[in-house]
Amino acid sequence: MYNGGKIIAGLIIFIALVTFPFYTNMGKTIEKPADPTAAADELHIGNVPIGQMRAEHMMILDKWRDEVVRGGERFITFDGDQYEKSIQNGCLACHSKQDFCGKCHNFAGVNPYCWNCHYSSEEDQL
Amino acid sequence: MAIKPKPNELLSGINYKPPLKQWMDEPVEFKKGYYCYGAKPKNLEYIGFPNGREWNSSEQDWKLVDNWKEIFLEGMENLLKKFRSFRLFMDICVRCGACADKCHFFIGTGDPKNMPVLRAELLRSIYRRYFTVAGKLGKIAGARDLTEDVFKEIWYYYYQCTECRRCSVFCPYGIDQAEITMMGRELINLLGCCTDWISGPLANCYRTGNHLGLQPHTIKSNFDYMLDDLEEHTGVRVEPTFNRKGAEILFVTPSADFFAEPGVFTCMGYLLLFHYLGLDYTWSTYASEGGNFGLFTSNEMMKRLNSKIYAESKRLGVKWILGGECGHMWRVLHQYMDTMNGPADHLEAPVSPITGTRFDNAKSTRMVHIAEFTADLIKNGKLKFDPSRNDNLNVTFHDSCNTSRGMGIFEEPRYIINSVCNHFHEMPDNTIRENTFCCGSGSGLNAGEIEELRMLGGLPRAHAVKYVKEKHGVNMLSCICAIDRAVLPPMIDYWMPDVGVCGVHELVGNALIIPGEKERENNLRGEPLPGMEEKGEEE
Amino acid sequence: MGMIFSLVAVIFLAAIAFMGAKLNLFGLFGVAIPYLAVLVFIAGFIRKVIKWGQSPVPFHIPTTCGQQKSLPWIKQSKLDNPSTTLGIIGRMALEVLLFRSLFRNLKTHRTDGGPVYGSNKWLWLGGLAFHVTFFVVFIRHLRFFTEPVPAWVNTLDVVDGFVQVGVPHMLITGVVLLAAATYLLLRRIFNPQVKYISLPADYFPLFLIIGIAVSGILMRYFIKVDIIKVKELTMGLATFKTTVPDGIGGIFFIHLFLISVLFAYFPFSKLMHLGGVFMSPTRNLANNSREVRHINPWNPKVKLHTYEEYEDEFREVMKSEGLPVEKE
Repeated sequence: MYNGGKIIAGLIIFIALVTFPFYTNMGKTIEKPADPTAAADELHIGNVPIGQMRAEHMMILDKWRDEVVRGGERFITFDGDQYEKSIQNGCLACHSKQDFCGKCHNFAGVNPYCWNCHYSSEEDQL
Repeated sequence: MAIKPKPNELLSGINYKPPLKQWMDEPVEFKKGYYCYGAKPKNLEYIGFPNGREWNSSEQDWKLVDNWKEIFLEGMENLLKKFRSFRLFMDICVRCGACADKCHFFIGTGDPKNMPVLRAELLRSIYRRYFTVAGKLGKIAGARDLTEDVFKEIWYYYYQCTECRRCSVFCPYGIDQAEITMMGRELINLLGCCTDWISGPLANCYRTGNHLGLQPHTIKSNFDYMLDDLEEHTGVRVEPTFNRKGAEILFVTPSADFFAEPGVFTCMGYLLLFHYLGLDYTWSTYASEGGNFGLFTSNEMMKRLNSKIYAESKRLGVKWILGGECGHMWRVLHQYMDTMNGPADHLEAPVSPITGTRFDNAKSTRMVHIAEFTADLIKNGKLKFDPSRNDNLNVTFHDSCNTSRGMGIFEEPRYIINSVCNHFHEMPDNTIRENTFCCGSGSGLNAGEIEELRMLGGLPRAHAVKYVKEKHGVNMLSCICAIDRAVLPPMIDYWMPDVGVCGVHELVGNALIIPGEKERENNLRGEPLPGMEEKGEEE
Repeated sequence: MGMIFSLVAVIFLAAIAFMGAKLNLFGLFGVAIPYLAVLVFIAGFIRKVIKWGQSPVPFHIPTTCGQQKSLPWIKQSKLDNPSTTLGIIGRMALEVLLFRSLFRNLKTHRTDGGPVYGSNKWLWLGGLAFHVTFFVVFIRHLRFFTEPVPAWVNTLDVVDGFVQVGVPHMLITGVVLLAAATYLLLRRIFNPQVKYISLPADYFPLFLIIGIAVSGILMRYFIKVDIIKVKELTMGLATFKTTVPDGIGGIFFIHLFLISVLFAYFPFSKLMHLGGVFMSPTRNLANNSREVRHINPWNPKVKLHTYEEYEDEFREVMKSEGLPVEKE
């Protein structure tokens, strides 16, 4: 080969870049977030099946936000009770930011901008 | 010789919209005026080229040898192994089309197979078919069989490329059609299918040292005529030497400079300059050619012809070599000579004996371009000029393809022109420097039988000249290339008369004030200088 | 014809993947084919580059696009006509990162007076947009191949989605990639010159990449897949502990299969310009051929016409003109 040094150096850089996922994870065992316990067909607040909530919660929350901010419809009735469409006073009343939201988001590298404004009382304890 | 169609007829025939039919389904049509005569066997035989025979490129039967296909494909395999450029350029083209409308032959003819990318695809389709796995699938993989018609198509279009490299400037991967054309022509030469107009000068140059076949005594007598004219115009008798051992510098220029107008006027410029400087230099009749038709024939032929320059510099014992104004000559000297025929250990790193400037950019090849040499003289105040002697000239400068894109000599000639002329105007930016357009006749295409093609190829250049002629009254196109000096006068004349063509050193010769000269009434062409017109008439 | 063929081929490939998912061939489409594709990609890429490397660069042939280095008082164009290694690095960086040569692009117009040349930067813009966004999209996908996801990958995602349009937030690169690829396709179809030179090998990768972009965008915004399961699968590939979670959804397998095809196709196609651009002798050589001798490893021995032969033929006429000769 001619100019072999430069060519091989270039190839090594190329291989190092494209095989990055393999050597960076060498020997690792990946813990995926624990499977959720609720059944997919159970209903969530808003009369949405939990399976659908898992897939589309970001869109549903977005819709609720619009209803609150633009339509003033702050509450939602589910199973006879009233719930507030609110992250702090609603979602976080049952779910934990860290253990519930964060688990999957972190695993999948999802960066929702909810927390740019919203606040979790868990953070006080940190 | 003037071609039949009028400029406006040719111009109105240009159409940049290719046909809808796929190009592989479009068989080649040999248009009269677009292809050269075939090489004569005696010329090929003289330089030891294979498969020479009596044949006629306009006939159906080219009398190719029986195993021509094997020769072609073996040759191709050989070149792929020898030239990374070739293999790479066969593999990586994405057909983005950036080069398509950059070729002067496409701009002039509108023939879609003159788009550089398609000219390359003519050969690439063969490469795919015989040298890649996918190519076995045929047309769907962009591959096709090598047939006699395909070979003729390659021949037809590879002699419609002047190896000017303009496409390569615009290619995002630097794919250079000049390089691919060189490969194509190597293959063509394996089959004895060189053109007559190239093979003649090749044989001449091999034998006599120059393309024109001038024998030593003819060179000498040509010079004598030139020196007489020079004495008449300037009152100075210049006494150049030939084949003189012990000179400090060997001077090599294209033989056209001491053979035909307007090249001889450039040559007079060199002679006056060297005389003024008292330069210890010599001409050679053995290495009497700077140009090298091997560049567009085969790398071996290029080496064989080029070898004379170093060989002669060694025999004569000079210290370094100075080279005149020429385009493809300088591509060879700058990019090939040292590699092919070096190292030039018998020479010294060039130093100007007048200014003491070391030409570090030429310290290995040991050959300096005269524009570099003269620009250095002017910068150091060694030359006295009367630029008003060029006041009747509105000058523009044509960058030659090879010195532009295979070297990059842009400022030196401009600096010289601006020192010796008062009126200089550039052509539009998109047509000069690295974007410059070919004269349309380079790389061995200056043949009379393809005049129509050449006029069309020269259209972009001529049109840019027309622009500055109309805008600034330009009446002189200067250049640093012998092919330009030979082909541009009829080209310019065809598209828009009344613009002359000259070498840069002709302008230098006009303006240079030489001790002991008579009062100059004429320029080097024997035409009255500005302000001297009436004097001429009185006599 | 080439265009229709390529379009049909890509649709056919997508259909294969969809059928594969329907038939629960997750092991084949989720593990075996992707591994094979990466293997072919890397091995094929290396093979091709080595093949190029085996041919020498016999001559020093840079295309010079600016003033040469000559006399010290003449300003050299150091990036367009470099004479040093540093200059070459600069020239190559401009070429690879900013598509310097395409930036020069001109368009020739026919007028009654003759040809004129106008600036034309669309191909440069479209090409650059295509390549840059493709690269960013490629890098963004590292979130499926790293655990924990590095902060810079998350940052890239946030920056890419900074317009905060829609949920999940729209990633600009994905949209631009699709738009740029579509532009490149449309110019092949509607620019008569480019149409004339286009081969199936030009349409096919474009359709393939458009298919990949469309399936990706669909998955993100419209036909949701379980992203946790997707990452389980991709991390299984990255750690060589493969798992095939069920219930991911056919659209994912279409996406993954088209990418696998792109990887496997890459080394045998024009896409190798990725490696080739670095090896182009008209760009990666310094214009210093008169300063430093370039060596041709196969510099041939050739038959020469020597001065002695020349003088033997012309001695008499040389003498008659008083030209010096070696032998009287």
